[in-house]
Amino acid sequence: MSNSRQITAAAIILGLFSLAGTGLVSITHNATKERIAANERAVLLDRLNAILPPQLYDNDIVEDTLKTTSQEYLGSNKPVTVYRARSQGKPIAAVLTPVAPDGYNGNIQLLVAVLYDGTVAGVRVISHHETPGLGDAIEESRSDWVFNFNGRSLKNPKAKNWQVKRDGGLFDQFTGATITPRAIVKAVYRTLLFFSENREKLFAASESPKKSEAES
Amino acid sequence: MSGRNYGKVCRDGLWNNNQALVALLGMCPLLAVSNTLMNGLGLGLATTLTLICSNTIISLIRKQVPDEVRLPVFVLIIASVVTIIELCMNAYFHELYKILGIFIPLIVTNCAIIGRAEAFASKNPLDLAALDGLMMGLGFTSVLVLLGGLRELIGSGTLFAQIHLMLGEAATGWELTIIDDYSGFLLAILPPGAFIGLGLIIAVKNIIDSRQPQKSSPKEEAATFAPQTENI
Repeated sequence: MSNSRQITAAAIILGLFSLAGTGLVSITHNATKERIAANERAVLLDRLNAILPPQLYDNDIVEDTLKTTSQEYLGSNKPVTVYRARSQGKPIAAVLTPVAPDGYNGNIQLLVAVLYDGTVAGVRVISHHETPGLGDAIEESRSDWVFNFNGRSLKNPKAKNWQVKRDGGLFDQFTGATITPRAIVKAVYRTLLFFSENREKLFAASESPKKSEAES
Repeated sequence: MSGRNYGKVCRDGLWNNNQALVALLGMCPLLAVSNTLMNGLGLGLATTLTLICSNTIISLIRKQVPDEVRLPVFVLIIASVVTIIELCMNAYFHELYKILGIFIPLIVTNCAIIGRAEAFASKNPLDLAALDGLMMGLGFTSVLVLLGGLRELIGSGTLFAQIHLMLGEAATGWELTIIDDYSGFLLAILPPGAFIGLGLIIAVKNIIDSRQPQKSSPKEEAATFAPQTENI
């Protein structure tokens, strides 16, 4: 058998296997994608409901979102999702997803629920790279620390107390980890500032207030 | 391999040529995901399933694939199998999927899998290849579970934490707090704990082997089965 025929046969076999492999993967993808989307939605709704009681609102909070970008207040140069809770059309609360960029080990992803009057309904850490055993007390499964934010607002406590205790503020730091809680306290405070300055825009627009201005 | 030696395949997979302890393959997922017993079990079973599927398919097509393209074909098969398993886990074991995260797609890079494909499945009939996949997978899983259990116990004083994510609500009460008020031993949970733990397990295995009367030299078998792939 000539060499080129061997090569062609090998190439055809390789091609057939690629086709079969890709075909099987796409069949599985199609068969599972609805379930995966439903799972992700359920996880998101669970997270949102953990910090914002579902009886407070009646809209589809997972769908009623907008994207907004504020490097200064929300800690990320990428658009940040805002979930909006309404009851009979009236704004009730917004759940923002800011980033605390100055964690001990990079970004800390947060979920901050703010009621319409500017009070914190709840804070959760979605993802972080802080040191296990030291900085990870920010997870609600490991300590009650994040619950300290519940009911806080820009006036409670006063601005100078929106810090960890070591810096003269009101919030605990952890033994061996001050940077992590400091980053989160600052991020939540900035989120509240952002909320109070942009509250009407956050609930009114279906597009990002800043982004739509920039684009138009 | 003419004698269809099922017993030997089992012994190799579980002990003599254990992929984690003797071949030292798949170190990356082994060390990274063994921080709790549950994580170890989850990744171990996913790897076992991958091994069985890839070994079976590769044994089936071993006579059709020309030698020159066999490695790309193996890689294709393994990648497809892992992607399908990943999608199914995402759909049916979503919580576990979120915990194991990046390590599910990374099963593709576990050299134990292409190692078994090349060293065993491509040369052996279907039943032996599938059994080899199962046994190699179980051997790998048992090391993951052992290491995960040790690290969890020493690191945070619990066992079976979050096991209900995998076994359903029935297992909710399984979580054992072995040591109350344990402040935790950080080293065990951090990456160095994985290396130290694995080193100790390998040492114990070697001690047990050296006390056994010399039947067949396990080292020799390990050498013949050791694949040429790079360890990632």
